[in-house]
Amino acid sequence: MAEHLNNQTNIPLPEERLENVEGWGMSSTAVSYVYRPVNCDGIQEAFDAARHSGRSVGLRGAGRSYGDASLNAENVTLDLTRMRRILKWDPETGVIRVETGVSIQQLWQYTIEDGWWPHVVSGTMFPTLGGAAAMNIHGKNNWKAGPIGDHILAFDILLPSGELKHCSRTGNSELFHAAIGGFGMLGVITELTLQLKKVHSGLLKVEAIGVRNFQDLFDLFESRLPVSDYLVGWIDCFASGDALGRGQVHQANYLEPGEDTHPVQSLRVEHQELPDSLFGVVPKSVMWRLMKPFVNDSGMQAINFAKSLSASTISHGQTHTQSHAGFAFLLDYVPNWKHAYKPGGLIQYQSFVPKESAQAVFSEQLKLAQSYGVVPYLGVFKRHRPDNFLMTHAVDGYSLALDFAVTPEKKGALLSLTAEMDRLVLEAEGRFYFAKDSALHRSSALEALGRERISKFLALKQECDPENILQTNLYRRLFAE
Amino acid sequence: MPHWKNAIIVGASSGIGAALAKALTADGTQVALVARGRDKLAALAASLNEAASEMLAWVYPHDVTEIATVPALFAEITHDLGGLDLIIYAAGTMPRIGPDEYYTDKDAGMIAANFTGAVAWLNEAARRFEKAGAGTIVGISSVAGDRGRRGAPVYGATKAALNTYLESLRNRIERRGAFVVTVKPGPVDTPMTQGLKMPGMISAERAAAEILLAAKEKVRVAYVPARWRPIMAVIRAIPAPIFKWLNI
Repeated sequence: MAEHLNNQTNIPLPEERLENVEGWGMSSTAVSYVYRPVNCDGIQEAFDAARHSGRSVGLRGAGRSYGDASLNAENVTLDLTRMRRILKWDPETGVIRVETGVSIQQLWQYTIEDGWWPHVVSGTMFPTLGGAAAMNIHGKNNWKAGPIGDHILAFDILLPSGELKHCSRTGNSELFHAAIGGFGMLGVITELTLQLKKVHSGLLKVEAIGVRNFQDLFDLFESRLPVSDYLVGWIDCFASGDALGRGQVHQANYLEPGEDTHPVQSLRVEHQELPDSLFGVVPKSVMWRLMKPFVNDSGMQAINFAKSLSASTISHGQTHTQSHAGFAFLLDYVPNWKHAYKPGGLIQYQSFVPKESAQAVFSEQLKLAQSYGVVPYLGVFKRHRPDNFLMTHAVDGYSLALDFAVTPEKKGALLSLTAEMDRLVLEAEGRFYFAKDSALHRSSALEALGRERISKFLALKQECDPENILQTNLYRRLFAE
Repeated sequence: MPHWKNAIIVGASSGIGAALAKALTADGTQVALVARGRDKLAALAASLNEAASEMLAWVYPHDVTEIATVPALFAEITHDLGGLDLIIYAAGTMPRIGPDEYYTDKDAGMIAANFTGAVAWLNEAARRFEKAGAGTIVGISSVAGDRGRRGAPVYGATKAALNTYLESLRNRIERRGAFVVTVKPGPVDTPMTQGLKMPGMISAERAAAEILLAAKEKVRVAYVPARWRPIMAVIRAIPAPIFKWLNI
C-alpha cells in the first residue's frame, strides 16, 4: 500500500504550468503551478494532479490580497477567475446567484440599472466574490452594514474530497460561518447567493471635512457615525506633534426616494464609470508613471501636506454628489498605481483596535513609524463592528490601514516596526486581517484570534480537508504545524 | 534579512562549494547541499545548522554525471525549500594529467562533471528564473578557461565551454530580470588543488566571500580575486604564436 501511494505521489506536474504569481503589493511573489478551471470538474482535476505529485493547492481569485494570502509557492495555485458566470438575478428582491470568480465590478455593473448596489464593497472593484467571501471583506460602512458575509445568503463549497456542500445560516451553519473569512482553507466556494441593497439613485451625497489631529478625527467620527451611511478618514502620516493624525474625513449618504429627480439616468452604468483621463488630457493608463517620481519620502510628504492643506481650507465642509462607483472605488482611479512602488512593491499594515484604546494605539503606531524613519505614504481610517464569523478580523472599534513602500534599505526596519506595532495591537486586544497581512508572526496570529477559535478552525479544516491539501504561504506562515 | 532566501549549491561537499554553504547559512539563507557522498554532506549540514541554531542546510546526495535524475531532483528541492533565488554550480574535477598524457576516460569524466552536469542543473534553473523574472545563477568556472594551456587541455576546455554557455544563458534570461554570474577563480586552496604548487593561492573562504559579493553586486564576469582580471587580460592578449612557446 505504501509503495502504491509512493508511486502515486511521484507524477510530476507539467512544467509549462509554472508561473510567477504576485501578491497585490508585489512584495510577496511565488513560483507556482497555475490551473484555471472553468467548472467543478476542472477543480477536481487540479486537486488530483496536486495529490499525485504530493503538492498542496492554494486558492486565488483576482489576486487582490496585498500579501501572501493567494500565493502557494512551488505548489498548485487554483486561479478561479474563469468561473465568472452570473447564474440568476431577481431585480424584484435583489437576490443574485453568481459563480465564485465574478468580480465586484461585474456584479454592480449588472445590477445597478435595476436600482441595486452591493451592501459591502472594497476600495477596489476588482476582487472576485469568492475571494471577497473567503477574506470576509468590509467597506467604508462596516460599523453599519457589517462585512460582506452578512449579506451572503448561501454558498456551495466543494471539499477536496469532491463532496459539494450547500451552506447557509440554517444548513451547515458552522461551515457557513467558518468558510466565510476562512481564507480558502476549508474548500472551494463555487457559487454564492447574495442579497443586494436597494438604492434610489446612482448618486451619493458626499461631504469632505478636514481634521486637525487624532482627537479631532475620533470626535468627528463619533458625532457623524449615527448620521452617515459611509464614513472614511484619510490621514497624513507625516504630520507630527499636535498635528499627529491630521487628515480628511469623507461622509457619504444614500439619497432618499425622490431626492434624485433623474434616477434612471444616474443609475446607468455609463454614469458610474470613473473618468478615463486626468483633466480630460492625460490618459489614466500612463498616470502611474507620472506618480513614480513622487513615490519617495520627500515626494509623499509634499503630497500629503498639500492634501491636508486643501482639506483644512478650500475643501473643508464642501458637499457634492458623487456616483457610487466614484465614491467606493477610490483605489481604481489610477490603474496600476501600485507600479509606482516598483521594484520593491508595498505592504499594507492594517490593524483593528477596540474603540477604548484605538486612539492611543494608532498615535503610538504613527510615532513609532516616524521614529524608525519608515513613514507610511497613505493612512486610511475606518469604524468597525464585531461579526459572527469564526476567523473574524473585526472588533468594536477602529482600523488604521497604512501603506508602506518596501525598499531594500528599509526592509529590515519595516519588519521591526511591524513587529512592534503588532505588540501594541495585541496589548489592546486588537486583530489583523489576512487580506492585507504579510508580516505577522505565528504567535501574534494565535494571540489575536485566541487558541480556542484557531483550534476550532483547525478541527473543522481537519474534517473538511483531512489530507491538509488546501494551503497557502499565509497558512504555512501562520498556522500549519 | 538574508540577501537570498533559498539557494542550491551543486558540489557543496568540499572546497568552494562548502565555503559558500557556510557563508550563505551564516547569512540566514536556506541551502540545499547537493553532492556525492551522503555522510560527508550530512556532517557538513549538521555543523552548519548547529552554527546557525536553525535548520538551514538540507542534504541531497546526487552524482552530477547522472543527468537524467536532475529534473526530478530539482523539482523536489524547490518544493522542499519553498522557492529558489540562487543556484551555484560549484561541482568540478581536475584529475592530474601528465604533459604527454591523452586519456579519454579521464577527459570524458571531466566533461561530464564540469560541463554536462552544469548544463543539466542550470537549464532547470534558467527555465524557472526566466518565468519568475528573478533569480541568480552562479557558475564557478576558472581562469583556466581563458586560454588553451599545454597543461590542461580538457579542464580548460570544459571551463571555456561553461563560460560560453553561461554567457548564452545570460543573454536569454537577463532581459527577463534574472541574473547570471560567471566566476573565474585563480588558484584556490581546496581538495582539487591539494599538493599542487600554484601562485597566488587563496583560501576557499575568501573565494566564497568574493563570489557572493560579486553576485550581490551583479558582476557578470567576476575574477576571484580581482587581481586576475588584469593578469588574464594580458595573458589573453598574448598572440598565439608566442603563447605556444610560453610555459604558462
